[in-house]
Amino acid sequence: MLPAPHELKQTVEQLLPGVSLTLEGDLLLVAAHELAAVCRCLKEHERFHLDYLANLTAVDYPPTPASGGAGRIEVIYHLYSMAEKHGPVALKVRVPRSHPAVPSVTPIWRGAEFQEREVYDLFGVIFEGHPDLRRILMWEGFDGHPLRKDYVVEDQDALEER
Amino acid sequence: MTPTIETQTLEVNLGPQHPSTHGVFRMIATLDGETVVKLKPVMGYMHRNHEKIGEGLTYIGCFPYTDRLDYFCAMTNNFGLSLAIEKLAGIQVSERGEYLRIIMAELTRLVNHTAVTGFLLNDMGAFGTPLLYAFREREKILDLFEAASGSRMMCNYVRPGGVREDVPQGWLDRAREVVREYPRFLDEFETLLTKNEIVRQRTQQVGILPKALGINASVTGPMLRASGVDYDLRKVDGYSIYPRFAFRVPLGTVGDVYDRYYVRILEMRESVKMLEQALQEIPAASPGISPKGQAIGKAPRTFRPPKGEAYGRIEAPKGELGFYLVSDGSPQPYRYHIRAPSFINLTVLEELCLGHKVADAIIILGSIDIVLCEVDR
Amino acid sequence: MAIDQGLQSELQKQGVYVTTWDQLVNWGRSNSIWPLQFGLACCAIEMIATAASRYDIARFGSEIFRASPRQADLMIVAGTVTKKMAPQVVRLYNQMGEPKYVISMGACATSGGPFHKGYNVLKGIDRFIPVDVYIPGCPPTPQALLEGLMKLQERIKGQSFARAIDRKQGEYPVPAFGPSGLQPRYNPDVWHPPAHPFGSSTTGPSAAPATP
Repeated sequence: MLPAPHELKQTVEQLLPGVSLTLEGDLLLVAAHELAAVCRCLKEHERFHLDYLANLTAVDYPPTPASGGAGRIEVIYHLYSMAEKHGPVALKVRVPRSHPAVPSVTPIWRGAEFQEREVYDLFGVIFEGHPDLRRILMWEGFDGHPLRKDYVVEDQDALEER
Repeated sequence: MTPTIETQTLEVNLGPQHPSTHGVFRMIATLDGETVVKLKPVMGYMHRNHEKIGEGLTYIGCFPYTDRLDYFCAMTNNFGLSLAIEKLAGIQVSERGEYLRIIMAELTRLVNHTAVTGFLLNDMGAFGTPLLYAFREREKILDLFEAASGSRMMCNYVRPGGVREDVPQGWLDRAREVVREYPRFLDEFETLLTKNEIVRQRTQQVGILPKALGINASVTGPMLRASGVDYDLRKVDGYSIYPRFAFRVPLGTVGDVYDRYYVRILEMRESVKMLEQALQEIPAASPGISPKGQAIGKAPRTFRPPKGEAYGRIEAPKGELGFYLVSDGSPQPYRYHIRAPSFINLTVLEELCLGHKVADAIIILGSIDIVLCEVDR
Repeated sequence: MAIDQGLQSELQKQGVYVTTWDQLVNWGRSNSIWPLQFGLACCAIEMIATAASRYDIARFGSEIFRASPRQADLMIVAGTVTKKMAPQVVRLYNQMGEPKYVISMGACATSGGPFHKGYNVLKGIDRFIPVDVYIPGCPPTPQALLEGLMKLQERIKGQSFARAIDRKQGEYPVPAFGPSGLQPRYNPDVWHPPAHPFGSSTTGPSAAPATP
């Protein structure tokens, strides 16, 4: 049985000294530079055995007056276990919007390969260590990251200007 | 002394317009003679910006777009989004609504597996005949969908709280009729295909997916179960009222194309059993949707789920279909992401095709069961 | 030059069939249209259902869906045309042999359909190639597709064959990928943006046309 989120946080912090996680709702906030260690622990340790990465995506939070001008992008991971048939464990990594860079988890879960390419294509997040980071849905040479909130679509008006 | 022949590899584009790529999918295959040495998939030719469009619509407004994700399985796509919204906002589902959803989901599974088997045989060169048999049966179920929801394919029927409206008079009897006849069609299909020498020669030991690679590459659905991994969300998560139904999960042994084909045939038989049970146990004369669901359906712009996020997933016929919703308290979702099974199952395409011939690469793609609208969203 | 109908039916009763070269050839042409096997998205499944045994398209002469554009007369653009796919569609159209026809099946191929707000969606294939018949629907039922096919047959019957094979349309320019869309955005020989009904907010109706 998978422990509850706050117990999970404590267990991981005990197993990896120096790592500190924050619980936000049901999601565990992980620092970007600690992500690889935490993921490897969650995958390989027999207490968790989270061998299946179900979902990898990102959410864009542009700078607002309330946030003090700092924008952020959050990369979300949903992990389950096929061996133990339990889950989910949801991880979140927060990176600044101006230069978003996250270590890639493709060496740990191969299923992240296409999903990370999609997040790079649509949000602009660089995944360090990805074997083949290039656009997957838009064409090479496309400028911009369409799923960001401030992306302006070129021909939004159905009746174009004459 | 035998003279050495200098050879070169040839880079060939399979697609985006090609008879057997199941839509606009492009594979850049590097061939040494007929053998595939490298294969790079290129997608995005059907990228219709579903997620960005969803951010501008209400939650109910997203349902017609989910129909157009995996167009064979509109009902299960609606089901997935309904589950995610119900998790986000804590909406109950009515009893009859649950049964109707299961009936629609299993009928969809029959439609999908029949069609994909027809297309797989088409790829193998049985040009048209199994496909026509498959489409003949599919039309019977599409008639049921049209009577219940108004549309053959884009049903937009399953909603948070239950289903959009109850089925018309006599629908359940017609459904029982169709389900009663289905095993006869499956027997006919199997007699022609399962022990067929040509099918066996072409599909056995082709495109073997090892268990460990399947789990690591996040493969789900019949493709994973054909490799022997027992992971079916209907049993693992037990969502909706699936725990009340007695069904088995067929598992393959080798993980080749033949196993993937046969797992789908066996899953169809299990779906027929579930349908018989559901059509018998469905409660009569009760609302198909819960009161809160009905209220949301009547006034979608006033539905403001609490701030938070939810990930709802179902066992769609192609694999795990998940919807990730982030709500900021407004009537529109802040982030609407679809975890598409076809997209992620394609991760292993190159590995499965290496060392095989071009013709085998086509049927391996057919056995993965992709739909481009879901791959590209 | 049309034949007097009364005279024609009198002669037919005697077992003599009189026609014009155009009528005869067009009868053959319109009843043996071979479509290109080119389904893009959901509409493709309704196209396959039309070709299946229930709504048999073979009765209308479209027995075989050709895989190669060189062997096809008709391109049924069934599904959303994205900007990434548009150059390939135009290339395929260029490769088809004259006389060739295009049916735009479904709302997406006609105008972008439900996805017209997308950044990667081409708002109608008629921006780059000429379309003969538009079929509305999402997806159009097989009956609607057959109705569209019958409209195309009527159109072919009304064409003069000599003029049809002499059309020599030439190659349509293939759009290139730009940094935020296609370049050019549309082909001005084929399509022009419709005039804004209330004049626009920034330019009046009499302003110079914007470059594509």
